[in-house]
Amino acid sequence: MTEAAQATSSVDSRPLLSVEGLHKYFPAATSRFRRNERFIHAVDGVNFTLAKGESLGLVGESGCGKTTTGKMLVRLVDPTGGHVIFDDGVGEPTDIATLHGKPLKEFRRHAQMVFQDPYDSMNPRRTIFDTIAEPLQVQQVGSLVDRIDRVTEMLALVGLTPPRAFLFRFPHELSGGQRQRVAIARALIVEPSFVVADEPTSMLDVSVRTGVMRLMADLAAGLGISYLYITHDLAVARYMCSRIAVMYLGKIVEIGDTEEILRSPQHPYTRALLSAVPVPDPTVKRPPVMIEGGVSTVVNPPAQCRFYARCPLADDYCKTNDHPPLEHKGQEQIVACYKA
Amino acid sequence: MSGAPLLAVEDLTLHYATRAGEVCAVDGVSLTIEKGQALGLVGESGCGKSSLALALLRLQPDNAQILSGKVLLDGVDLVSLSDEAMRAYRWNRIAMVFQSAMNALDPVYRVGDQIIEALEQHVPSARKQLIERVQELYDLVNLDHSFIARYPHEYSGGMKQRAIIAMALACEPDLIIADEPTTALDVIVQDHILREFGNIRRELNMSMLYISHDMAVIAEVSDVVAVMYAGKIVEYGTAEEVFTRPIHPYTQALMSAFPSVTGEKHELATLGGEPPNPLGLPPGCHFHPRCPFATDICAEQEPPTVRRGEHWADCWNPPEEQGDD
Repeated sequence: MTEAAQATSSVDSRPLLSVEGLHKYFPAATSRFRRNERFIHAVDGVNFTLAKGESLGLVGESGCGKTTTGKMLVRLVDPTGGHVIFDDGVGEPTDIATLHGKPLKEFRRHAQMVFQDPYDSMNPRRTIFDTIAEPLQVQQVGSLVDRIDRVTEMLALVGLTPPRAFLFRFPHELSGGQRQRVAIARALIVEPSFVVADEPTSMLDVSVRTGVMRLMADLAAGLGISYLYITHDLAVARYMCSRIAVMYLGKIVEIGDTEEILRSPQHPYTRALLSAVPVPDPTVKRPPVMIEGGVSTVVNPPAQCRFYARCPLADDYCKTNDHPPLEHKGQEQIVACYKA
Repeated sequence: MSGAPLLAVEDLTLHYATRAGEVCAVDGVSLTIEKGQALGLVGESGCGKSSLALALLRLQPDNAQILSGKVLLDGVDLVSLSDEAMRAYRWNRIAMVFQSAMNALDPVYRVGDQIIEALEQHVPSARKQLIERVQELYDLVNLDHSFIARYPHEYSGGMKQRAIIAMALACEPDLIIADEPTTALDVIVQDHILREFGNIRRELNMSMLYISHDMAVIAEVSDVVAVMYAGKIVEYGTAEEVFTRPIHPYTQALMSAFPSVTGEKHELATLGGEPPNPLGLPPGCHFHPRCPFATDICAEQEPPTVRRGEHWADCWNPPEEQGDD
């Protein structure tokens, strides 16, 4: 990496995260006696950048690799290849894809994750205080008294007031929305540079969801945190993210400014995805979606566009050429398609 | 749409006996569904919408009890039927599609055999005819015949949901109750299923009770919409009326809190508080602690019904009626 070359540029112009050719192959079947040659290409050469304070939405259907991508950024999953350059403008830029040992543990305070299910992601036997203070304990920050102060502060910040009333309660005493606020407090207590939020509001009711979405947006603006916001819901991504990346079978097929993509989607998959979103207005009749079926898994995929089998625009050129590269199609829109 | 409705629910009340106390899940609900009509029931988790659906089929859990009310299907009260007589109604006249279609199929039997087994119970006939019937059903839901002899794990999520819908259609019921049938599916698959559902329903002139928390899906599938909150239906009217001129503040809040990918990006409204605990419902209007328009009387007395033609809502402080022109 050319860290020295970048040292002269200003802090803000350098992205916080630069993801380059990241992939994760899972063995499709394991045999004790034979070398495994079949791999599921869950994430297959993904490139994007995440600027400081930016929210990037990663959208796609289940099984497209969006969660795996998110987990690799916080190293809950180890990549099989590629680089994730983390540069917070304070320390040296580091490739977190290959970190281990003590540097990895130190990195973890910069990167946190909020999970989808607020019922499953907390230990039912630990109090809210223990839950939120755990990252501090792991990172050995402050004394017990300091930690109580910090947790109280965090509870107030995420809107659980009065904080003292929540400190020693257990997760089962809280509603789904409140638990998700606890999960956010736990992620933010170590003052991370970025947070991977994996469908943080998809299990919440509509009337509670907006509050959690607004809280996350306010915290990002106030604390300068970047989000990788993983969601299957384009409407939610629209409200949370300034840019979105659309993923399909391990590849990013379109990435760009949120409103631009929603206004004029270029990739046939993005178009299909967008046209399938129900409209909360009974007077609107949506046109039918142009593509069939759901996402399959990719075991050793052929060298052609991943979307070939379902694409309404595909022709022989798409069949005989490798997956198309990402190219500029709009002002900030980058699309991987030969036909768009 | 004339004459007596297909289904008329009158003042239905269902209580659960729990260790923490009596929970009133369905509180005096009345609604009607005409022949060929689709009623969308929308509400958040715990509002009682699934309990209502189960009660219509008398499939409520053992600790639940229907305290009062009637469920009239073509004039016959299902609540007072014997268990044996009720069995003849289930599936033949009213079929249900559950949310967890993934788990509704037995993993160790071929899907076709499971449909045949169920069919045999209701229309006993020769195996050859039954197989033909399953083929017809698979055509109806756009599944390939080759999948009849396959096992559930060979189906994708959307295909399982299609097979379940095929099963529900097997006896050509008059009414289908669909409880969040597409919630676990991806949007593209959801779109296909919703369209097929609509086509089949029109073709067979079937009535439907469609339950969902998703305002957008409800807007697309329903002719008539009922909004449920804390065990009560708080607003009822045609889809167009409810979505364009909502009366109840809760409906308004749901609508303005719902993000959309189309149109101008509007600010999402935040509704304060949490859905109420069914063990300690607030007095008066159950919605008053979260309502931006609440006044003193809302906390004291149950709200009156405001009627605007066929469209009504229970509220003390409804918005001014807007003129059409």
